[in-house]
Amino acid sequence: MRSKLQEFPGKGSFAHGVHPPGKKELAADVPIEVIPPPPRVILPLLQSAGAACIPKVKSKQQVLFGELVAEAQGFVSAPLHAPLSGIVQKSVVTTLPNGRHVRAIAIQAEGEQLQGQALWDEIFGGDWPKQGLQEFDPKRIAEAIARAGIVGLGGAAFPTHVKIMPNEKKTVDTIMINGCECEPYLTPDYRLMLEAAAPIITGALLAARATGARHIIIGIEDNKPKAIESMKRAAAGTGIKIAVVKTKYPQGSEKQLIQAVTNRTVPLGGLPLDVGVVVSNVATAAAVARAVLKGRPLTHRVVSVTGGGIVHPKNLLVPIGISLGELIDYCGGMTADAARMIAGGPMMGFAFHDLATPVTKGTSGLTILTHKEVEREQETTCIRCGRCVDVCPMNLVPTRLALAARHKNLDLIRKYSVMACFECGCCAYICPANIPLVQLVRTGKTMFLADRK
Amino acid sequence: MKAEQTQYTPVIHVSPAPHLSSRDLTTRKMMRDVLLGLSPVVFMALYVFHWYAVKQLMICLLGCLAAEALFMKMRAKSATLNDYSAAVTGIILALSLPGAAPWYIGVIASVVAIGMGKVVFGGIGMNIFNPAMVGRAFVMIAFAGAMGAPGYEQIHATVDVITRATPMDAFKQTGAVASLDSLFWGLTNGSLGETSALACILGGLYLCVRRTASWQIPAGTVVTAAALAGIANLVHPESNWTALHHLLGGSLLFGAFFIATDPVTSPLTPKGKFIFGIGVGFFVMVLRLFSGYPEGVMFAVLLMNGVTPLINHWTIPRPLGAIP
Repeated sequence: MRSKLQEFPGKGSFAHGVHPPGKKELAADVPIEVIPPPPRVILPLLQSAGAACIPKVKSKQQVLFGELVAEAQGFVSAPLHAPLSGIVQKSVVTTLPNGRHVRAIAIQAEGEQLQGQALWDEIFGGDWPKQGLQEFDPKRIAEAIARAGIVGLGGAAFPTHVKIMPNEKKTVDTIMINGCECEPYLTPDYRLMLEAAAPIITGALLAARATGARHIIIGIEDNKPKAIESMKRAAAGTGIKIAVVKTKYPQGSEKQLIQAVTNRTVPLGGLPLDVGVVVSNVATAAAVARAVLKGRPLTHRVVSVTGGGIVHPKNLLVPIGISLGELIDYCGGMTADAARMIAGGPMMGFAFHDLATPVTKGTSGLTILTHKEVEREQETTCIRCGRCVDVCPMNLVPTRLALAARHKNLDLIRKYSVMACFECGCCAYICPANIPLVQLVRTGKTMFLADRK
Repeated sequence: MKAEQTQYTPVIHVSPAPHLSSRDLTTRKMMRDVLLGLSPVVFMALYVFHWYAVKQLMICLLGCLAAEALFMKMRAKSATLNDYSAAVTGIILALSLPGAAPWYIGVIASVVAIGMGKVVFGGIGMNIFNPAMVGRAFVMIAFAGAMGAPGYEQIHATVDVITRATPMDAFKQTGAVASLDSLFWGLTNGSLGETSALACILGGLYLCVRRTASWQIPAGTVVTAAALAGIANLVHPESNWTALHHLLGGSLLFGAFFIATDPVTSPLTPKGKFIFGIGVGFFVMVLRLFSGYPEGVMFAVLLMNGVTPLINHWTIPRPLGAIP
């Protein structure tokens, strides 16, 4: 048995998973830089899970930095705010990296902009109290989060006020702040833990206050000793515990993290809430602190621009709505052997082709991979070696799901629990026959959902 | 550097995630690993049987490669020789045959192994039965004389060991018991690959450590065979053929490590693999103890190959968080 986590019931790891090359060294030691304000931002009306928001501004209208430009529509939805001062232009349609066409608000920058160190101070600077947060009313915290338009910044972009709120039906006893960052290449959360630990701690305390949770745990993979050190220092005296978990992909998946730390298993098709846990990313926690204490909305986020295909890998604080092409330009452009541009990391990120694609709230980074990095052997027949079964963190049989999807066999798709897959990509990563297992499973899911309707 | 740059076209393409793939794991590399794992066994075969082994290995290797090329050409598909799977079949087939068997046995076994064992099902990955064992079963039944017990003994052979009966057969016929020592090192008569327990264990452990072979299969087989052999010993305490003789003698270890572990014809899940291994061990012992044959590995593996789809059906793992 591997050594158990001290202080925690979990084993510090989950069953199965893979060890892709981390490649964090490309950008891990580059401090976060504030990108100069772009001339124009494009804000897609759907940046989160749930419903799209409704524009509240008209063409040619003047907006100020932080002003509301689109309102949430329904409970599972998040409002949008202007990341810079300027003039609203005619609305446009943009294609997000995940392939969705959405309407977007375009804002042309005009007038004085907050930038550089001043912008950093406005977002992460100042005093972040660790005591006396009891004075905040739980309901007020949830409202402030909802007003600020905060969504999960780890990539899933689920509206945060839906998770961090007083819940009458289910008791929450643990707030889990996710600093695992298991996706290869990406380093924004790592840099944030080093450079802005204080707001993360304050955000975590506020989240606990809002949900009534008694325990706050920050989960960090053991390949980030500096981040562990930094968070430990910032958390001193608050009762917040740091859980050092094993470096393994997908450790940062919430179900796997909960398993590793608390030894609780989230029921199939259920939420962490069902086992009394709310999981939130470190960057989300920092945004929560800012929203509650300063009343400021989510307008900027930290992203990594990394990979073998970028000239100068960097970590940047960028306004939401800046184009991915501008990020590439700012980092010295692409190398001659660049082959694929990915919004997000290489395991779960989406490849895109349009440099005008905007950064959304859920964009955790931009990974440019070279021909050598994306190289894969030709697909061959499945030799039923079972490696995909050995690595699947959800304990599925990916090769069977793929086969069922290929042959459009709905019975088999159902029998092998297609919807349990969260598309982490472990199976397709390990497959010796290079079968596009994730793609086939997605096909299977589509067929399953179409049949249910 | 310049040449490297010109060979790439400056095209950005899109593709579904994941964008990385594990490079040290391909079908070809796994097959190459099996060949590497087989090398101690091949070495012992060459050491014990000299040119009998050379001849049989060459016949089966070339036979399987030629058969693969021929059949794939007939199906108008690109030949799959470079995935080494036909080579693996050829080597395993040769190692499961007696060295002194006439040349046409190797040829016919190869053609049947690749043709009826693999290609008719649709080629690599599609077959139900272990191709090498299909080939061996065919010649064993069709050429019972050349492949039965007398096929192993060549009184006038130039290599010393072949002038004697195989240990399993000698025991079945006359009750003579081979020393554990000779079974362990492999200085006895038998099929080319089965004689040395040491070589099988070395190569087999390598495959298990590399995870090219799933350890659950040999573990299940060996534990079950040991348990049943132990019971047989208790029932017949007067027999000198002990449980250890059962484990080290015959092709139990060769079969457990190299034949039963063929991924295509064994179950997918760890649990299924273990059940498969237990099944192989069980049938080997039943055939050894109660049938007319001295050995039962081949039929045991083929039987369990047939049950594999059923085992897969029984052992669908429960997804994480699913209610039992």
